[in-house]
Amino acid sequence: MSVDGYLETLRREGRIVVVGASLAGLRAAETLRAEGFAGTLTMVGDEPHEPYDRPPLSKQVLLGKVPADHTVLPRRRPVDAEWRLGAAATGLDLAAKQVRLADGDAIDYDRLLITTGVRARPWPRELEADLDGVCVLRTRDDAIRLHHRLKAGPRRVLVIGAGFTGSEIASACRERGLPVTVAERGPAPLVGALGGVVGEVAAELQRAHGVDLRCGVQVTGLEGDSAGRVRQAHFSDGTAVESDVVVVALGATRNTEWLADSGLGAGPRGIACDAGCRAFDVRGIVTDDVFVAGDVARSPHPLFGYQFLSLEHWGNAVSQAEVAAHNMISASADRRPHLWMPSFWSAQFGVNIKSVGVPPMADQIIVTQGSLAEQRFTAAYGYQGRVIAAVTFDQAKWLDFYERQIEQAAPFPPEFTTVDRRPEGLQPVPAGFPDPSLPSHGPTVTLSGHSPTDRRVSFTPRRA
Amino acid sequence: MTSVALLHRITDYANRPDPYPLYAELRRTPVVRDESGPYLVSTYWEIKELLHDPRISSDLRNLTPEAARASGQEHDPNLPPAFIRLDPPEHDRLRRLSMRPFGPPHTPRRVFDMHGELEEIVSGLVDGLRGRDTIDLVDDFSYPFPVTVICRILGVPREDESHFHEWADTIAAGLDPVGTAEEREAQVQGVRRARGELAAYLAGLIEERRRSPRDDMLSAMATEHGPDGQMSPVEIITTAALLLIAGHETTVNLITNGMLTLLRNPDVLQRLRVEPGLAVPLVEELLRFEPPVQMLPQRTTLADIDIAGTIIPKGASLYLMVASGSRDPKRFADPDRFVPDRPDNQHLGFGHGLHNCFGAPLARLEAQLALTALVRRLDGPSLVEDPPPYRQNAVLRGPRHLPIAFSGIIG
Ligand SMILES: Cc1cc2nc3c(=O)[nH]c(=O)nc-3n(C[C@H](O)[C@H](O)[C@H](O)COP(=O)(O)OP(=O)(O)OC[C@H]3O[C@@H](n4cnc5c(N)ncnc54)[C@H](O)[C@@H]3O)c2cc1C
Repeated sequence: MSVDGYLETLRREGRIVVVGASLAGLRAAETLRAEGFAGTLTMVGDEPHEPYDRPPLSKQVLLGKVPADHTVLPRRRPVDAEWRLGAAATGLDLAAKQVRLADGDAIDYDRLLITTGVRARPWPRELEADLDGVCVLRTRDDAIRLHHRLKAGPRRVLVIGAGFTGSEIASACRERGLPVTVAERGPAPLVGALGGVVGEVAAELQRAHGVDLRCGVQVTGLEGDSAGRVRQAHFSDGTAVESDVVVVALGATRNTEWLADSGLGAGPRGIACDAGCRAFDVRGIVTDDVFVAGDVARSPHPLFGYQFLSLEHWGNAVSQAEVAAHNMISASADRRPHLWMPSFWSAQFGVNIKSVGVPPMADQIIVTQGSLAEQRFTAAYGYQGRVIAAVTFDQAKWLDFYERQIEQAAPFPPEFTTVDRRPEGLQPVPAGFPDPSLPSHGPTVTLSGHSPTDRRVSFTPRRA
Repeated sequence: MTSVALLHRITDYANRPDPYPLYAELRRTPVVRDESGPYLVSTYWEIKELLHDPRISSDLRNLTPEAARASGQEHDPNLPPAFIRLDPPEHDRLRRLSMRPFGPPHTPRRVFDMHGELEEIVSGLVDGLRGRDTIDLVDDFSYPFPVTVICRILGVPREDESHFHEWADTIAAGLDPVGTAEEREAQVQGVRRARGELAAYLAGLIEERRRSPRDDMLSAMATEHGPDGQMSPVEIITTAALLLIAGHETTVNLITNGMLTLLRNPDVLQRLRVEPGLAVPLVEELLRFEPPVQMLPQRTTLADIDIAGTIIPKGASLYLMVASGSRDPKRFADPDRFVPDRPDNQHLGFGHGLHNCFGAPLARLEAQLALTALVRRLDGPSLVEDPPPYRQNAVLRGPRHLPIAFSGIIG
């Protein structure tokens, strides 16, 4: 059968399976239908809920403004799918084109989309992690549990990790009037995402709102009482804090274990795919019927040196899902690249934080508008003489402009004058990111051999 | 890039009823320099980009002296500019301060809670048309409605309306890029005088409200302290003047243009009659199709800006032709067609970026309620005259009169 004929049949009566029934999965399903896919669509999700939205979980939900079960994602159109909720996928057979489920079922597909996202990284010491009062926040159920804890009026909350989620949780605690300690290994909150200069502003913000912020310390142990409830945390500087709720906000782990022996290029850093969202296998060859989107994907971005970016951003999940869905049912000439400009937002301590581009790539930063001291500013990030990212605190209206600057690889530092340019923004300074040469995650793929003939690609599974 | 006299044709009163073919001509070159000096930008994406460009200033003090003279937009030393003519950080501070008693985050329900009150005003006005078979929609409805509303919100006595109607008209006319140097000069003088008189009037009122505050915006601005401190007396005056004029001069046109468009599209009028929910997208489409604000003539460049292949030099006067941008076929399918439930309708009717219309939520609600009520209650309405007589103003464009015939009031 001709390729065109195959596509025709696929669109009319093909079988598409989506594993991961959350934001990316739902938006992909809607796009498939919107673009005329008439075959069978199966949505596999290990959570028992229909797709819901996560950003409110660390914001309105913790404040009690929105109940956790009111975060269901609005539907853009009917998707007419078979929903397999509460059913985890446990394996993938690329050759047989089959997804295996935990309940023993297997589902055949013609095209597969993987959107299994990430999960919260748990507290590494299992006994301590099991103490009553030790929480994480990723799912709706997590949010319900944490909200109950906060409502009960704990004497003090300890948040471990001052990334976006940790900072938002701390913000919600303060808004509820709860004493909160934040422990951060780095020199300031948000430092990994936004660098030290902006991190300092975030630190100021936390302290001004009464957070007991402790930077440059690690939590060395959690201690429980005789009833198994968490009671105290010990820090690397020898201090300790009494706390009856501990929220572990140490980032996320990609949900790729179920693909371990599948032959797909999937590991702890996600599933590598091309700009068209087609997954790579472990040999680095692109597959033609397996697509990926959302937090679990790593895809190359030409603007950023073809770096494989893994983005845990809401907007990315939506846009990548739409591109993936389109490409799944399109001829190769009609396929589109996912060239989304990385961007995200956060709301904490009354400030609306937004970012475009990839700040952590930057070596320098300059405040182009507003002022750090007023906590209302736009900062441009530079990398090798070009603008690579921008961050705003309560100045989101300027972001479109900076986005264009990034797209155009505009020179850094910017040469033009702007409205609201202050003296402090006349000189760039080091952006203050942690040294990228320090190892963070293990490699997923390694190269061996010297001469071209004995060069080998080997896949290194996640370390236990 | 060519130098053309398009601005002259656009402001020419003869083209007021239908400036859109001129805009189409303009769009063939997204950025042109008019022979009178200013640069006109007429295409959607370029306008949108410039509205978010921090190298664009709204502060007249950044115009080169020649550009200022040419556009008749010299700075008035007697009365400092309102936030619409300022840049951040002053703009942001004043806008935040004025937003406090008007909208989110501090007063999120103000506009929403006015729903019932607005409906009452509307039905009162329509009831007043009983026994007539023709009306001038402008004088009998479109004008009194938003004016009553803005007076109530600000706390300005409705009885004083006739005074400030004149001031508002004169000040709004000052936006119009008309005429010879002498006409310009006369216009500038007139605007100055009107601003002075309006300021003196408001100053008295504000003093009264400071002494005995009520539940209105003037009182709030005069008495409230927030994290940004307080507005100075002069700042309250300029802000109040701005809101009063904006409340006068735009919603009137939105409602009138709306009714005119509906009467030209009887099928849509009929649909709105039975499907009141249509009012929401319909008003958005009106803001795209017949926007009250046709162009934003008050911007200047802080740096040389390369846009669509043209370099606009620093200090140039910039006209953003928003009504043209909202009919750009590169952005909107079939842009010259009125599609009441048009999807993806990100028009430029309220501007964009940091100066986007402060009163938009109120204007939307007013127009939705007004049009829904008019089509439901006017029995068999029809246009007496098409096109109707327009106002002189090319910037704030709309009919001066809209005679409508009908056979009675329903309900
Ligand atoms: C608390 C919180 C706040 C956030 N706030 C913001 C914000 O302010 N701004 C922003 O840009 N982003 C924010 N995000 C990130 C944003 O929510 C994510 O980028 C987005 O949810 C990604 O969607 P996804 O569909 O790719 O992955 P996910 O939402 O993680 O969905 C993946 C789904 O797949 C399921 N799954 C995993 N493995 C399997 C399996 N083997 N079989 C079946 N199903 C499986 C998972 O249980 C999950 O339901 C926030 C996230 C959290 C948790």
